[in-house]
Amino acid sequence: MSESKTTTVEVKLPTRLGYEKVAMSTAASVAKLMGFPDDRVEDLKTAVAEACINAIEHGNRLNEKLSVGVVLRAEPDALEVKVIDDGTGIGKKPARPDIDRKMHGEEDPRGMGMFLIQALVDEAEWVAGMDGKSSYVRLLIKLDKDPE
Amino acid sequence: MQSETKSRVDQLTAPSGHPVAVIRFEGDIASTSKDAVLGAYQSLPKETTRIVLLDFTGVDYINSSGIALVIQLLIEAANASQKVYCFGLSMHFTKVFTMVGITKYAGLFATQTDALAAL
Repeated sequence: MSESKTTTVEVKLPTRLGYEKVAMSTAASVAKLMGFPDDRVEDLKTAVAEACINAIEHGNRLNEKLSVGVVLRAEPDALEVKVIDDGTGIGKKPARPDIDRKMHGEEDPRGMGMFLIQALVDEAEWVAGMDGKSSYVRLLIKLDKDPE
Repeated sequence: MQSETKSRVDQLTAPSGHPVAVIRFEGDIASTSKDAVLGAYQSLPKETTRIVLLDFTGVDYINSSGIALVIQLLIEAANASQKVYCFGLSMHFTKVFTMVGITKYAGLFATQTDALAAL
């Protein structure tokens, strides 16, 4: 893959759990072509999968008439991923998950997706669509993170 | 689209003599894996099972819903005064389990041999 050009890959997913793996595999293929090390590819795969699951479950509310857009933009030094759904965006970011509270039944065992996304990529932002839909999460993973 | 989660239970004895129930998972661990994760755990006899090992060697994909199922298993095990350990996780999922705090309630080992030797 050319180092100076920006390359865009787009995937349209059905709103159906399990199809996040298509986006995950596509993102992994692009990241490998860009030269990301294996551990960062694995980070990206989990972050993209969780972003797609959120779009399917919460953004599109499992409505199979809608689709989830995934746009991967390979730049010379980073890979940007946008996951777009037809929801209104997130109102408020959930609190950081607390395993002790979960173990004591004070917090739902679920609800770790956004935490994982933020922890595994270099940048993550959630943007609400101007028209009350077409909201997206934008992830950025940098090629030169933790240079040896 | 998600690969079906399979699980099976083996009853082993650690070198120390402790009986150990090993739940071996195969496939994806996601929202559809409730029976394979919690069902397999709940099939263990509560009275005699004190140590549970979770074998992730055959698992490639675990998402946040799958992690939530593992946490539910840990909650049930804690309520039954059982100890849970995991082995066979990839480096990535070892990192993820550590990030979400599972390691506070379930020790992680690289292999079954390592886990049994430590019990």
